[in-house]
Amino acid sequence: MQNTDNQTVVICTDLSKTYQQGLIQVHALSNINFEVNKGEFICLSGPSGSGKSTLLNMIGGLDTPSSGKVYIDGEEIDKLNKSELADMRLHKIGFVFQAYNLIPVLTAQENIEMVMQMQGVSKNERHHKSLNILQEVGLGGLENRKPTELSGGQQQRIAVARAIVSRPSLVLADEPTANLDSLTASKLIDLMLQMNELHNTTFIISTHDPMIMQRSKKLVKLHDGKIIDNIIQKNNV
Amino acid sequence: MRSLPLITSLAWRNLWRNKRRTMVILFAMVLGVWAMIVTAAFMRGMAIQMLDDTVNNLTGHIQIHHKNYLDDPVIENSFFGNDTALLNTLKLPDIIHWSSRIRVPAVISSERETRGVVLLAIEPEAEANISFLKNAITEGQYFSSNDENGIIIGKKLAQNLETRLGKRVVVMSQNTKNEIADSGYRISGIYDTSGEGMETDFIFITKRAAEQLLDSTGLSSEIAVITRSLDTVLSVQKNLAAKNPELDIQDWSSLQPYTKLVVEMYSDFQYVWHLIVFLAMSFGIINTLLMTIYERTREFGLFQALGLKPGFILVQVWTEALFMLTIALFIGNFVSWLTVMTTGDGIDVSAFSQGMELAQMSNIIPFVILFEDLLLANIIVIALGLLTSLYPAWKASQLVPADAITRI
Ligand SMILES: Nc1ncnc2c1ncn2[C@@H]1O[C@H](COP(=O)(O)OP(=O)(O)O)[C@@H](O)[C@H]1O
Ligand SMILES: [Mg+2]
Repeated sequence: MQNTDNQTVVICTDLSKTYQQGLIQVHALSNINFEVNKGEFICLSGPSGSGKSTLLNMIGGLDTPSSGKVYIDGEEIDKLNKSELADMRLHKIGFVFQAYNLIPVLTAQENIEMVMQMQGVSKNERHHKSLNILQEVGLGGLENRKPTELSGGQQQRIAVARAIVSRPSLVLADEPTANLDSLTASKLIDLMLQMNELHNTTFIISTHDPMIMQRSKKLVKLHDGKIIDNIIQKNNV
Repeated sequence: MRSLPLITSLAWRNLWRNKRRTMVILFAMVLGVWAMIVTAAFMRGMAIQMLDDTVNNLTGHIQIHHKNYLDDPVIENSFFGNDTALLNTLKLPDIIHWSSRIRVPAVISSERETRGVVLLAIEPEAEANISFLKNAITEGQYFSSNDENGIIIGKKLAQNLETRLGKRVVVMSQNTKNEIADSGYRISGIYDTSGEGMETDFIFITKRAAEQLLDSTGLSSEIAVITRSLDTVLSVQKNLAAKNPELDIQDWSSLQPYTKLVVEMYSDFQYVWHLIVFLAMSFGIINTLLMTIYERTREFGLFQALGLKPGFILVQVWTEALFMLTIALFIGNFVSWLTVMTTGDGIDVSAFSQGMELAQMSNIIPFVILFEDLLLANIIVIALGLLTSLYPAWKASQLVPADAITRI
């Protein structure tokens, strides 16, 4: 039903978020209007404090907007209760954060399987899929490693694998390369671009890394909580 | 619930993530459980010991009297203790022993001193089964038959009378014809109990000897009955009372209300003690869990971002607490069992002997672990433990994911 390529996955209308910091009101986001179509690879750029994380959190339902609306696959997420929101994330959204993405007591493979297990995927299928995706992200053979036994880059790859393994509508990555050296970062971006091509997974990635901005297909620039630029770029892969 | 295997494996692994902390809290909890169970066992042993002593010290489980005897314990208020109809009612499977006695106030005199005492006339064979006397003889002998004409007195009384084994004494009492009767006896046995109250108060002759002194052929002041177990006392008492309406039939708890009170107090004390120990333990539990949650805040945010519900997080923390409680109980029960096993007969409290004698108790207190006491301690720890860990678990589940994730 959502297989058409130009289906809209995310719509934000007049989205604002204001934090109260003591007596000061911080306008982290002001009147954001923003759409993402299926299969897009969007880079959200802007200096630190410009509202990138806030926007991703609003889209992923990790926090609630002060005003405005967010639709995921046509569904207004403001209308969902906590448990429905959790289900929405479980089935539709994959997250990759800057660091500490993995559950420390679970192995690489268990981390990937965890989400599928909650989705009710059978043991055999999860096993098969997780080993496959580990292979795809170039970590075949490391399935039994604990997060502490993996490098930062490997951990991020597993996070990407976990985010895409059950084919979500959307992957939100908040500065996924910020803790990596440039070579590892570049490889991670390659991986995400590859997954985007291969599975037609929609990505929204926040960054202030020029290398990523340059290579994304669409660049959205944020400044002081406002979108100041929305550029369609040539495919640079 | 499809998340249960995941929750249990997460909870179990998280428990051993900080091994040292888990060990410390487990040690504290085991100590608490141990204190609960061993103290309960000691209290229970004390209560049972006291009850045993009471039953042994002539009371028995049940006593049969003439209706007026307890108000006026004289020889007129006696009944026909070997009446066939009455003896037939005693043929119950739950009754294992009984003994018929005459019990009257008397005066005993040696060559030097005179003392007021209680004279008990017993059937030696039957009495040996139900009371302390036979085992308490330290000099001379217990009666070998009902035909003997000796007297058994307490060690302390012998001292007071300035007499000894083999000497003669005179016993004086009122017979069934309301006349003062007296008779001389040779001291054939001296008994020694842990307390001195019994020793100065009770003297023993055979029932046959008493018949000559008191003209009491066929009469009894009391029949003491021992039932199969404490649990059957009440039903036997009711049964006997129904079949012998003309007699007064009471159990140990109404004959010895003080013993009953103390036994009940020991039981109640257990609850208070368990709660006090648990209270100390609960601080450890809550503190450990809150620390754990604080350290793992980011992880809980991550769980939520991945689509796991607040309930999943609550149950996960709760399961971790459940594992902790179960392990502590398992070890605690085992260590308690070990403690009780290795102390053998019990704890020697003769250092506090005078207090014990006042309470008419023996010097060795056995540990007694009753299943119900064990159950109570375990239920208190599990139930209250889960209740107290609900708060940290709930707190963990209420974190706002965006805040939790940004906290590193
Ligand atoms: N929980 C919060 N409480 C108060 N202010 C916040 C909070 N989160 C973010 N902000 C503020 O909102 C603004 C946007 O932050 P953020 O979205 O994290 O920016 P970015 O991810 O682009 O660096 C910043 O000024 C930041 O200080
Ligand atoms: Mg940010």
